[in-house]
Amino acid sequence: MNETDTGTPGPILTVEDLHVRYGGSHILQGVSFDVAPKGVTALLGRNGVGKTTTLKAILGLAPRTGRILAAGTEIQKHSTTRIVRDGIGYVPEDREVFGGLTVEENLRLVDRERGIEAPVVDRLFPDLVARRNQRAGTLSGGQQQMVALARVLLRPTTLLLIDEPTKGLAPKLVTEVADVLAEVARSTPILLVEQNLPLVRRIADDVVVLDAGRVVHRGRAATLVADADRTRELLGVSMRKEGAA
Amino acid sequence: MRSPTLSTSEATEPPRPSAAVTPPVGQRGPAKAWLPVLPAVLVVAILAYLPYVPVEVPGLLPWRVNGPGSMQLVATCLVMAGIALSYDVIFGRTGLLSFGHALFVAAGSYLLTISLASWSLPLWAAIVVALAFTTVLALLVGAIALRVGGIAFAMVTLAFAQAASIIVLRNPGDVTGGEEGTSLPRAAIPDLLVGVANAPYRYWLALAFAVVAAVTVTMLVRSRAGHAMAAVRENEARAAVLGFPVYRVKLLAIVVGAFLGGLGGVVHALVLGGSSPHITTTEFTLSLLVMVVLGGAGRTWGALLGGFLYHYADARLVEVSGSSLFQALPEVAGQVLAQPLFILGVFFMVVVYFAPTGLAGLGARLFRKGRL
Amino acid sequence: MTDLLLLVVTGVGLGALYFLAASGLSLIYGLMGVLNFAHGAFMMAGSYAGWWTMTSLLPASMPVAARLGIAVVVAIVVGAVVGLLVEVVLIRPLYRRHIQQVLVTVGLALASVAAAQGIWGADPKPLPKPEWMSQTTQLLGARLPNDRFVFILVALALYLGLLALLHLTQLGLVIRAGVENRTMVEALGINVRRTFTIVFSIGGAAAGLAGLLYSQYSGTVSPAQGGSLLIYAFIVVVIGGMGSLTGTAVAAVTVGLVQQLANYYAASGVGDLSVVLLLALVLLLRPSAMKGAMA
Repeated sequence: MNETDTGTPGPILTVEDLHVRYGGSHILQGVSFDVAPKGVTALLGRNGVGKTTTLKAILGLAPRTGRILAAGTEIQKHSTTRIVRDGIGYVPEDREVFGGLTVEENLRLVDRERGIEAPVVDRLFPDLVARRNQRAGTLSGGQQQMVALARVLLRPTTLLLIDEPTKGLAPKLVTEVADVLAEVARSTPILLVEQNLPLVRRIADDVVVLDAGRVVHRGRAATLVADADRTRELLGVSMRKEGAA
Repeated sequence: MRSPTLSTSEATEPPRPSAAVTPPVGQRGPAKAWLPVLPAVLVVAILAYLPYVPVEVPGLLPWRVNGPGSMQLVATCLVMAGIALSYDVIFGRTGLLSFGHALFVAAGSYLLTISLASWSLPLWAAIVVALAFTTVLALLVGAIALRVGGIAFAMVTLAFAQAASIIVLRNPGDVTGGEEGTSLPRAAIPDLLVGVANAPYRYWLALAFAVVAAVTVTMLVRSRAGHAMAAVRENEARAAVLGFPVYRVKLLAIVVGAFLGGLGGVVHALVLGGSSPHITTTEFTLSLLVMVVLGGAGRTWGALLGGFLYHYADARLVEVSGSSLFQALPEVAGQVLAQPLFILGVFFMVVVYFAPTGLAGLGARLFRKGRL
Repeated sequence: MTDLLLLVVTGVGLGALYFLAASGLSLIYGLMGVLNFAHGAFMMAGSYAGWWTMTSLLPASMPVAARLGIAVVVAIVVGAVVGLLVEVVLIRPLYRRHIQQVLVTVGLALASVAAAQGIWGADPKPLPKPEWMSQTTQLLGARLPNDRFVFILVALALYLGLLALLHLTQLGLVIRAGVENRTMVEALGINVRRTFTIVFSIGGAAAGLAGLLYSQYSGTVSPAQGGSLLIYAFIVVVIGGMGSLTGTAVAAVTVGLVQQLANYYAASGVGDLSVVLLLALVLLLRPSAMKGAMA
């Protein structure tokens, strides 16, 4: 939306000193990082370190303090609706498609004019077109993930926040989702929460690692993944097992 | 995604800004243990002495302080304070939005009068029957209503209370007296509690009830069960993870609240000389909710103060409306303002917006500011 | 047999009134999580607006049926406006604080009933009823009160209208999605708050209509009416699964029928109790269904 932005290769998203507190717990304790304007930035860490909360806080779905800049504009005071309309798409953990609505309705919710007829759906998710009248709740996990991805792509987006898109999916579907993500990432930067290390190795350019509500590592994905000891230290052994499976 | 219970704060929702903060309990040294009790003892002592104060307080009370009219008014205020506190065990302490507390108060009150009038039981037996039945009723209703959480729980408790209200109004077997209510048989009541001259004894009885309620709740709050209740209120899911038996904790809160409410009903009947269907209505439960929130939910002083002041305002605002201030207003405005519930309802909304921790919370905040 | 037919028609007629009262409540609860105690006040607003239209605004020379027709429109408009104002002024500032929202509606319910008592007095005021609606129709040997047919038709129209709204319009799509998962609707960039306001208005309009028709049913207008209808509406909403329109409709008819049948075959008053019993039964048999509807 801001024409000067195109000339500068600054970060598409900057998070500064982000704190989140619920009830008595202090979940994010001053998280700061940048998301590059191109490619995939993976947000990694063990379970419960605050990855999902970070995404929710960026969107205003969790009560937060700190500064969040999207393409240089402060957005921490904006409503969730406005943040999303201004171009940040969100694919939540567990898909959260509307199970009682049909596939077509799920998409028409975001884009009332085109919905399932949008070219992007036909190009990336041909499967969904065939199932347009099926209730989303009766779809398989992989298909639901496709619905969740499709509906954010119906809006023009400058950044996608995607939370564990391959969680609970069979290996074949993981590959399918990864293909879609790689395709999407060619045009839109992605901040990706992911536990599947091979997937991270395949599509991520940068990584940010969280531990106990703080950033403990920032760098290139390839560098981290190549360093087995550092990976184990930051992400735990279980990650490697899961990745090997 | 949406949490089924009110007490569970959803992961994406801000924490409730209500009186949810628990003060640290039991951290004081033994030498100073009596200090926090001192104001309470002082207040009780002053209240207990009121029947010996033959002074007129213009504006506050229409009669001498120790006159029967004033005694009766303050006694009823004290009963309401105790009943409000009994409701706060469920609402403020455990975070259960019950709309059926009237059921238990009414059970205590009506069972006492019916036991005495229709079954001719002696007073002590009537009290035992009333309290025992109320407790069993609380177990039953609680066990069913707790099968759902949050707003559904509120509606279910509301429905049960409404059923009781219908029964009372239908006057089965001519025992409840329908819309008229029913009075205590003169013969079954000790002479000390009967008659205009004995108003101070009824007053002391009401005071005793308020004290019993306050002491019980204070002890409950400091016990293991009280901590469990607070944990459930703060975050039900977390309380379950921490190993608290959430269902039983909630049921306990309902039973204790209902028992105290039933006791309040018994005292209410003794102080007022009978049972009136008003205490079975939804409006009565709602007024309890208003009292607790006005005073400060989850604070013993708050609930007591809320109950006391609400009833006082309800009784006194009618007279204020006759004053010259109101005569200057247009007729319709005067008529509306003459309704105590209108003023209380509006005041309540204002408190919900601007002082969500109630008067007690406001007081505590001012107190802290003053010390800084 | 003729008794049964009469009971069924009167029961469904009563259920129709319950549906009018409960549909808005259920939509509001389903979408916003607000248990709206002020719904009784919306009904009261509708019935007093209708009463005022019929007795003061319009000349007595006008036929009662015509006056009632205009009064219905007035009641609907007044209900919608009151619903809109309450949402914008009172509910919206407390967004996401469900308990406070409930408390505010409780305060509003108490204050508005008291205000109505102050203005018009606590006593019921007679409401003119078209002659035809007071008469009965002979059908299969039973003499069926005509007003029940009116209630049933109006409720049916509202049900179909709401169904069409929910399933054929974009607004309905947002409402259905919001009932399932409000947060996700927002996270897709949809302004769900505007939808809240509209739903509160629709609920208010339905409540205004319900209030006036309930006053037609009882023949009078009084401040306490809304509150007593509200309790049955609450029960219907809970039995119907909170937020499901068809569930609400089925529950409303069931409650109306149970109440009429029990009142007739057992004893007067048993009907009201059996409704509560029905609620307890539903809770015991399928508590999970109710939680499911809320999730």
